[in-house]
Amino acid sequence: MEQQKRLIINTAWCKGCGICAAFCPKEALEIRNEKVRLKEDAQCVLCGACELRCPDYAIYIEKGTREDG
Amino acid sequence: MASELIGKYMREDKLPHIWCPGCGNGILMRDVAQAIDDLGLDKRKVVIVSGIGCSSRAAGYMDFNTIHTTHGRAIAFATGIKMANPSLEVIVITGDGDASAIGGNHLIHAARRNIGLTVVVFNNSIYGMTGGQYSPTTPRGDYGTTAPYGNIDRPFDIAQLAAGAGASFAARGDAYHVQKTVDLIKKGIAHKGFAIIDCLTVCPTYYGRKNKKGGAVEMMKFQKENFIPEEIAARMTSEQLAGKRVLGVVANNDYPELTEEYAALIARAKERAGGGK
Repeated sequence: MEQQKRLIINTAWCKGCGICAAFCPKEALEIRNEKVRLKEDAQCVLCGACELRCPDYAIYIEKGTREDG
Repeated sequence: MASELIGKYMREDKLPHIWCPGCGNGILMRDVAQAIDDLGLDKRKVVIVSGIGCSSRAAGYMDFNTIHTTHGRAIAFATGIKMANPSLEVIVITGDGDASAIGGNHLIHAARRNIGLTVVVFNNSIYGMTGGQYSPTTPRGDYGTTAPYGNIDRPFDIAQLAAGAGASFAARGDAYHVQKTVDLIKKGIAHKGFAIIDCLTVCPTYYGRKNKKGGAVEMMKFQKENFIPEEIAARMTSEQLAGKRVLGVVANNDYPELTEEYAALIARAKERAGGGK
């Protein structure tokens, strides 16, 4: 078992305000059709800055576990 | 689909919330949940009390013992709850209008009595829910639907107001500086007496639009650049701090707390009556 972090976007809750994209230190996010998404060439480092300031809880880092092997 | 924190402390079936795109209230509501989680409080011992206004919708979303009360009276209801059961952690979520205009008298007297509530003000500097009227925290010169030529009143500084009225803990946070604001809310909850955290939030729909402050992103950038956490401000010169607002603790004193004083009074009265019945 290994800790596996990943970025989750819940587009149903996203209102497209753009706060997450504006303050992402890696500029990994963009707003398309009023919803946030990860850019094609995104260099997301899973820092979680987006999660802290998303007013709608639509983007977050999931700290799940993964079976290895 | 929600993060662990949101799943644990919010009523997911009530989400997404009704606040406007880019409204800072969602950020502050998460800050309150984060503070409660960091302190390891028992959910069953936490009561969230709100009044009326955009801010006060929070009591509907947060998964604790919650009560959504009448306009300006959240602190009055909270006082009753805390007096009836001082072991509860009673947290009031209110707005600038609800707390300092309609409920201004409750605010100053709860502060004066120093009852152990934690009051988190979602301060957006305007009445959002009713359409953008100026509030007691609208800065001088700014516009509202009821101040079409600019507001001529001087604003309240809610943290200073509460401290002046006798609150033993008062602080100022904001929507942008999440870690700082969570830390201040934690300090407020852990504090024994009346604790108030005045959190400056962003209202792009009314305050932002009326005052040409841009959208949510521009308003958040303004907070990032102009609101300075106290530990950073301590290293800055007065020239560098000109025109900035400092986030942090405004007052932190050890005053007698009302429910403890009341319990002691009951004990004294019983002793005098002889027998302690």
